[in-house]
Amino acid sequence: MTVAELQAALSLEVLVEGDMTREVSGGYCGDLLSWVMGRARSGDAWITVMGNVNAIAVCVLADTACLILSDASPLDDAARARAQAEEIPVLRSDKNTYTLAVELSRLLPS
Amino acid sequence: MSIQLHYVVPGDDFTRAGEASGAVKTTLKQLGFRPDVIRRVAIAMYEGEINMVIHAGGGEADVEILPDCVTILLTDHGPGIPDVEQAMQEGFSTAPENVRNLGFGAGMGLPNIKKYTDTLDIETEIGVGTRMRMTVRVTEG
Repeated sequence: MTVAELQAALSLEVLVEGDMTREVSGGYCGDLLSWVMGRARSGDAWITVMGNVNAIAVCVLADTACLILSDASPLDDAARARAQAEEIPVLRSDKNTYTLAVELSRLLPS
Repeated sequence: MSIQLHYVVPGDDFTRAGEASGAVKTTLKQLGFRPDVIRRVAIAMYEGEINMVIHAGGGEADVEILPDCVTILLTDHGPGIPDVEQAMQEGFSTAPENVRNLGFGAGMGLPNIKKYTDTLDIETEIGVGTRMRMTVRVTEG
């Protein structure tokens, strides 16, 4: 499933388009950046409330497929600019991390 | 072939932290290194950069790229690490509250560096600074 398909299926708001053709192979939830960087896998959709520039750096370095902000969390201006420059898709939902993870899990092949 | 890169990592600027590791990632990509090798180098170096920003008021990064090995030397003139063994434990952190609010301070920085590198040497002296040398080898795979 691509990021674009995921965005449509979960009705996510698109904050930064980035590379929406990227394949999503799994998911990871967490707000502690080093924790995520050490454990998230390449191609994961990362669900978090962290919308700062360092979160985008984690996406780039850990090679996640996209960033999904849960609980309608804000994306700050520096993060938006960095995500655009790095072509990282940033999506957002009013739903909380748990609910999004459950819905993502239903979409991904087990 | 050997490529030497040098970066100055500014202190207390979390918006610029990650520039050096991001640049190294781009260079390795252009040189055709495997994605898993690039990921290991990028994560280990970013953690080192963040440590220098949080704890040492910045520092310098020297990177040597060989076809079979990437070496990163991080040098700072910060306070030093009082107990390296303790700092290597997952979850141990001395990061201040304002840094934790940014999502740092999980106590995973040094453990992540160890996890993603093949060798890690830390020389540290209280009140003088810290030198951290890490290597990532390109193995068959």
